[in-house]
Amino acid sequence: MIDSVKSFLGWFFVTGDPMIYGADASIALVSIGIVAVLTYFKKWKWLWNEWLTTVDHKKIGIMYIIAALLMLFRGGMDALMMRAQLTLPNMHFLDAEHYNQVFTTHGTIMIIFVAMPFIFGLMNIAVPLQIGARDVAYPFLNALSFWLFFFGAMLFNLSFVIGGSPDAGWSSYAPYAGAEMNPGVGQNYYLIGVQISGIGSLATGINFLVTILKMRAPGMTLFKMPMFTWSILITSVIVVFAFPAFTVALALMTIDRLFGAHFFTIAAGGSPMLWANLFWFWGHPEVYIVLLPVFGIFSEVIATFAHKTLFGYAVMVWSMVAISVLSFITWLHHFFTMGNTAPVNAFFSISTMLIAIPTGVKIFNWLFTLNKGRIQFTTPMLWALAFIPNFTIGGVTGVMLAMAPADYQYHNSYFLVAHFHSTLIAGTVFGIFCGLHYWWPKMFGYMLDEVKGKWSFWIFMISFNICFMPMYFLGLMGMTRRMYTYPAGLGWTPINVVMSIGAAGMGIGFALMAYNIVWSAVRGKKDTTGDPWNGRTLEWATASPAAEYNFAHIPEIKSRDAFAAMKEARAAGHAETVPPYKAIHMPNNTGIPVIMSAFMFIAGFGFVFEWYWMGIPGLIGVVACMIARSFVYDDHHYIPVEKVKQTEAATGRLS
Amino acid sequence: MTDATLSLHEKDRSQMPIEYSTEEGDLRIVGFWIFLAAELVLFGTLFGTYLVLQSHTAGGPTAKDLFEIGPVMAETIVLLVSSFTCGLSTIELRRHNKRGLIGWLLVTILLGLVFVGLEVNEFYTYAVHEGAPLSRSAFLSGFFVLLGTHGCHVSLGIVWIIGILLQLGKRGITPVTARKAFMAGLYWHFLDVVWIFIFTAVYLTGWVI
Repeated sequence: MIDSVKSFLGWFFVTGDPMIYGADASIALVSIGIVAVLTYFKKWKWLWNEWLTTVDHKKIGIMYIIAALLMLFRGGMDALMMRAQLTLPNMHFLDAEHYNQVFTTHGTIMIIFVAMPFIFGLMNIAVPLQIGARDVAYPFLNALSFWLFFFGAMLFNLSFVIGGSPDAGWSSYAPYAGAEMNPGVGQNYYLIGVQISGIGSLATGINFLVTILKMRAPGMTLFKMPMFTWSILITSVIVVFAFPAFTVALALMTIDRLFGAHFFTIAAGGSPMLWANLFWFWGHPEVYIVLLPVFGIFSEVIATFAHKTLFGYAVMVWSMVAISVLSFITWLHHFFTMGNTAPVNAFFSISTMLIAIPTGVKIFNWLFTLNKGRIQFTTPMLWALAFIPNFTIGGVTGVMLAMAPADYQYHNSYFLVAHFHSTLIAGTVFGIFCGLHYWWPKMFGYMLDEVKGKWSFWIFMISFNICFMPMYFLGLMGMTRRMYTYPAGLGWTPINVVMSIGAAGMGIGFALMAYNIVWSAVRGKKDTTGDPWNGRTLEWATASPAAEYNFAHIPEIKSRDAFAAMKEARAAGHAETVPPYKAIHMPNNTGIPVIMSAFMFIAGFGFVFEWYWMGIPGLIGVVACMIARSFVYDDHHYIPVEKVKQTEAATGRLS
Repeated sequence: MTDATLSLHEKDRSQMPIEYSTEEGDLRIVGFWIFLAAELVLFGTLFGTYLVLQSHTAGGPTAKDLFEIGPVMAETIVLLVSSFTCGLSTIELRRHNKRGLIGWLLVTILLGLVFVGLEVNEFYTYAVHEGAPLSRSAFLSGFFVLLGTHGCHVSLGIVWIIGILLQLGKRGITPVTARKAFMAGLYWHFLDVVWIFIFTAVYLTGWVI
């Protein structure tokens, strides 16, 4: 009996590596610490009422960003472990299997649990404010999206200490990811954790598409929308049409592994290449799901700190539309070398190169926006300015990779790894850091410290180049990705050492940013005006942080850069007539999203271990929550006029 | 969310059908159309997968060996008729006839249940009697998952409509219940359209090829 318990525990928990035991201990300690602090300060009720059950888009946005920052920390630790292993030849810091797990979780976490939720967080905070709305179209669904992402991420991360991590790369290629070559629960964690959070992403796409199409303030036609809102509108369309394909791909592989189907096995007629097609049919649009929103952020930030209206507004919009269409017809360039016919490779080669045109147009428009502007070098502006050249390098090497015959040389080398880090770090990561500093006062009512912000920017940006510029050359020298060690004498060692120094520098830059967040929380400059940057768009027209209802009066929009126009009108002495306040109708908080997602987590955990006694009741719980929701009719309340007046008076906005 | 929250575009809704008579109803219906667009991609991916794998029978039974015209026609007719009765329910909804609406929705889900029963029987026949379960070949994996996904959607639709029937019984036809009944109708017709594609892409090509 005791022996069987022991052997179960030995199989259930990941054992044998001192680093894992350290992680076990730290996870346990942090969990105990959180519970103890919440209990000691009697904060459980506060946590439940103010955060876990909230449907307020601003709070949901903050929760997305906190979760994404934590995941960024974990993904970054994975990266540092890989760099530590590769610094010198013949290292034994990680063994081959452990290294495979680390690069798999690094990629999956960075794309699915950092980039997407960070962007979802920023768009939750900014988009409803930018269009002058009081919330998103479906506040309940919005909360559900967040909790699905959160529990999906938790399930995926659990693999690290319980059962074992996935090790087939973030793209989880068949047949290696199949049951035959990859027994155990690791791949199940990947498939089900990502699936749960992907359902949330699809719901977010639908939610923001409808919000932007239907809930803009009066007068705000599509072509008067802020550019960030435009980028989210287009991104939402991509999400709606790309994510279902991924849902299917993940489900098919899950069915392969759990129920013995043959979609992607070689035996019994399955097609491993079908996986590559389905994965990248989502995977390439996914690249633009995490890039277009940061294009939007940079457009806002560059216009704000150049103190000019954005150059070429309509062209900016149409180039994003062009990118979104092209993003669906380039997926095959991820596997040029997999044995397609020449005409097929030629088609995808050309469609890929075409994307450089609208992207290049955007780069020039940002440059022309800067031209003759009064440029103010704030922290968000520094991130935006650094983006332009660094991202362009990623774009140009992308065109090199797009040439199918040449790709046979670059494929799966560090040249490719350097390329996609140039786009994803210099694009997405710079963008989310830029947006974080830019909208931070709107989220919390105080600024992040500029001096520390600039230090963290310079350290991170320079280290990024130290890490990834040499990587291109390393790739051309023949080092391939995903190799866990290499022999001495190939000439790779000096470059690897330099890259590891760069990686450590990025870690320091990020740590400094984390320190800045903590420091500013205590001593940060308060933003009493609601408009610390002299902003141009509507989110700056309301208080920082915005009241629950966002705007006491829904603004009327007459032109682009609506808030800049309002400020000009005010300066010119045009009196505004302010109608009396009205009671404001708002959605109620609800516990159903978090409970439903917790059931999803239970179901997911059951299916990971093929424990159907646990998985099926979990799913029944999910359906029960859906039914319970359907019967809720009393889901809104009014904020009385008095309360609105009090809130407005507290921020000095009573007119 | 009925009035001041979201109502940014003042619109005269007095002439509109009851399900569109509030801002919230309008928003939800638009969102549901977009959800259906996403479902279209989901089924499109499954169809693509099935068509790729259709000939990959790995020496096992082929489409021609398995498919029988009788049960398939029965499923098709039952589902198409249910779509018709679902349409009748929407007409009764527009006429504010609660009894008619509930009656036709009941007929619709009964037909839905018959369809699911026939489909389960078809699956059982293949998997147990014909030795053609999902794990036999890639073709059968594609077949069972495509049709199974559709069948799960129909089953979930039945549960959903039962919930709406209970609410209709309790509250009558209000803007909220009307919106729910209307959306369930959209969903049901969508599943019918998917079935037409299944009939064509799976069964017809299966008999011919």
